[in-house]
Amino acid sequence: MSIENEIRKFIEENFILEGDDHLGDEDSLLEKGIIDSTGVLELVAFLEETYHFKIKDEELVPENLDSIKNISQFIQNKLNFSRESVDREDGRS
Amino acid sequence: MLVQNFLEESAHRFPNKVALIHKGERLTYQEVDQKANKVAQWLRSQGIQRGDRVAIFLDSSAESVISLFGILKADAIFLMLSPTLKTQKLSYILNNCQAKALITHTNKLGVVSGVFGSVPNLQFVIFTGNKDKIPTSGCPNPILWQEIDFLNPQSAIRNPQSNNASRLATCENIDLDLATIIYTSGSTGNPKGVMLTHLNMISAATSITTYLENVPEDIIIDVLPLSFDYGLYQILMAFKFGGTVVLEQSFAFPYEIIKQMIKERVTGFPGVPTMFAILLQMEDLKKYDLSSLRYVTNTAAALPIEHIKRIRDAFPQAKLYSMYGLTECKRVSYLPPDELDRRPGSVGRGMPNEEVWVVDENGNRVGPGVIGELVVRGSNVMRGYWGDPEITDRVLKPGPLPGEKVLYTGDLFKMDEEGFLYFVGRKDDMIKTKGERVSPKEVENALYGLEGIVEVAVIPLPDDILGQAIKAYIVRRNGYSLTEKDVLRHCKKELEEFAIPKYIEFRDSLPKISSGKIDKLTLKQEIGQ
Repeated sequence: MSIENEIRKFIEENFILEGDDHLGDEDSLLEKGIIDSTGVLELVAFLEETYHFKIKDEELVPENLDSIKNISQFIQNKLNFSRESVDREDGRS
Repeated sequence: MLVQNFLEESAHRFPNKVALIHKGERLTYQEVDQKANKVAQWLRSQGIQRGDRVAIFLDSSAESVISLFGILKADAIFLMLSPTLKTQKLSYILNNCQAKALITHTNKLGVVSGVFGSVPNLQFVIFTGNKDKIPTSGCPNPILWQEIDFLNPQSAIRNPQSNNASRLATCENIDLDLATIIYTSGSTGNPKGVMLTHLNMISAATSITTYLENVPEDIIIDVLPLSFDYGLYQILMAFKFGGTVVLEQSFAFPYEIIKQMIKERVTGFPGVPTMFAILLQMEDLKKYDLSSLRYVTNTAAALPIEHIKRIRDAFPQAKLYSMYGLTECKRVSYLPPDELDRRPGSVGRGMPNEEVWVVDENGNRVGPGVIGELVVRGSNVMRGYWGDPEITDRVLKPGPLPGEKVLYTGDLFKMDEEGFLYFVGRKDDMIKTKGERVSPKEVENALYGLEGIVEVAVIPLPDDILGQAIKAYIVRRNGYSLTEKDVLRHCKKELEEFAIPKYIEFRDSLPKISSGKIDKLTLKQEIGQ
């Protein structure tokens, strides 16, 4: 399953979407009333557990976490970054 | 003195000082005052009269602040409604106080358009937001906010006698008139409208700014909803002493708030326990330069003692005020920060210009260490609940002077030898979650509205982040296979976010007491409460 789908699945299962409202990839989760301050905590815990990285304080911003698209891009970047650091440790470039 | 004078006098003293910072926009006192004058002038031109109710249903924004002062300048009464209200409750409130006008945003149409058919008193609706989304039918007299903003300020009627040019000549209110009605959860399930006069609000604001020792240099970050008196008063108080408010819409992304605090050199940070619990989950608050922070305040629910320690550790130079209050009188008490080490579990003593005591069931004062109901006497005590003299009489009772009323808070307290207060519990079964008061009855009523549910009991569970979490026990009707998701989806439509149960448990039956009522005590005991 793609990262985007995994996130969509998590959000649909753990947060309640109003009626049959469709959630677009770029819709703001905050403005749509899907997550609030405690919802963000749950989302962060899920991401850290699923993708095995730590989210820094400075990364707790809407640009990283406020839509399905932002979240998947953020994860993609985090995963690429950790792969690069592993590569560097291996002496590869 | 009227509440809008806070703004007018600061606009006179500091016309070019920044009053409000929101989403990158910076408005000076003069700008806020002029915009509020236009709103007042427009409301008057549309027939809004002294004492009429005008509702504001917006996310925290410059428009909410401008509107509330504009409404006051028009001698009307403002209602700051929670931006998370659902259609049914919005319609209930608008009808309950017979609001004549509504100021909202086109992003709220999902909720707002559902009320138009059921609010006969509503005469017009002002929309901020997207012009193209303003409804063309169904909505009573829609108008775009920008049209009001483009009015010529010169046409505002001025009072030549007033030394303050911005005061509207038509202002007839005195400080005994109502300034606002704040709706809070009631134990019957429907919200109650707390009526507050100008004098009530000015008294509370004066007492609080006195003990917080506010100065015009203070910069307050306001992350709390303005529908919550705690969030609203941050604006009123800062405008009173001529400070600056950094208004934020939400605490969902705590690092955004930290960044704003650093950037704007914030000096005052009002919060509730849930916000502090979230902040304390961050890696290391100490690495941020929050040295400008002069004070931190907490109310709505008590902070765990461990959190008090960690907050002081994170903001060593800031004073931490533990406070307690209820909408009916705004604030009751505060603990002077230098008492925190000696009595971390106390919410302090009555604030300046206010008297508090504890009574037994017969209304007699009790001595130190004895648990009883807290009574409040002061000019900050409300006029009552809108349109509900019966419930008003239950909480406002005769005081020591002839004709005077004092507030029976419904909260159980004990006092120590030196008059410091310790919260014990509520007399009723209201739940305190995320800093909000939730009536179990309201949640139960919403759940009974879902087909397939026979019995429901809602109780609080202790929760590290929320203070209390809501748990619902549900008995399904035979033949119905409702799932947790079905229930939550229904709740989302009917209830505000904080009132949605966090835990749902399906049972075959619920324990009963002899009268046949559901025995919540047994349910609470099962979970060790």
